[in-house]
Amino acid sequence: MAGQGRADPRPLSPHLQIWKWHWTMAGSIFHRVSGVGLYGGAFLIGAWLIALATSPEAYAFVEMIAFSLPGQILLFLWSMAVLYHLANGLRHLIWDGPMIGFNPGLASLWSMFNFAFAIIGAAVIWSLASFY
Amino acid sequence: MTTSAKSVRGLGAAGAGTQHHIRQRVTAVALLFLVPWFVYSIVHACKAGYEGALTWVAQPLNAILLILTLSAALYHMRLGMQVVIEDYIAKSGTRQALLILNTFAVIALGAATILSVLKIWFTAGA
Repeated sequence: MAGQGRADPRPLSPHLQIWKWHWTMAGSIFHRVSGVGLYGGAFLIGAWLIALATSPEAYAFVEMIAFSLPGQILLFLWSMAVLYHLANGLRHLIWDGPMIGFNPGLASLWSMFNFAFAIIGAAVIWSLASFY
Repeated sequence: MTTSAKSVRGLGAAGAGTQHHIRQRVTAVALLFLVPWFVYSIVHACKAGYEGALTWVAQPLNAILLILTLSAALYHMRLGMQVVIEDYIAKSGTRQALLILNTFAVIALGAATILSVLKIWFTAGA
């Protein structure tokens, strides 16, 4: 397991391919995937804020990208990632604090709920945002 | 037959895990309140155009909450990305380089965004 040039001789975490896909596993993987996505997203939100402080021209440039089709798709995915990471993060806190939700049936349902919350929540936010 | 257990036996724990875990949770609790506010606010700010967004950031309460959101999110991001790097990058040099890059990137983004908020706040109405 541990080879030459490793940071330390401990074995690595198991990679994706050794897991059987099921709701709780997908829930855990997507927590990490959405987290990494939000890491990138933070730099884009940061660009918006920096442009706002720079000049109207810089802001217009960022606005043009944000309101383009790829920009809108990216923002929709960002909002879904925020809602998923938020819901699943709350679940982590409930696991760690009151220690509720480890029963396999409930755990699977909870994972499904978090996915549904992210998708439906993002759709609701975007439709409200376009109406008001 | 040997198992991979032999490669970890005797190494002990790294010793920094509990602090990392607690900080990840404490920033998570803060973000649980700050992120819903942020999402609600940024939708309004974006729809208001350049002048509207400036007015929004220049409100003291918004500026303070924005700085708190940025700080908690960036700290939380750095901790999370650190674990991802440690989990998947085995090569010593690459791993160390990415861990340092993670810290630098987050601090640079924090400095640039927080200064942007302060600039907008302080120059509003000036």
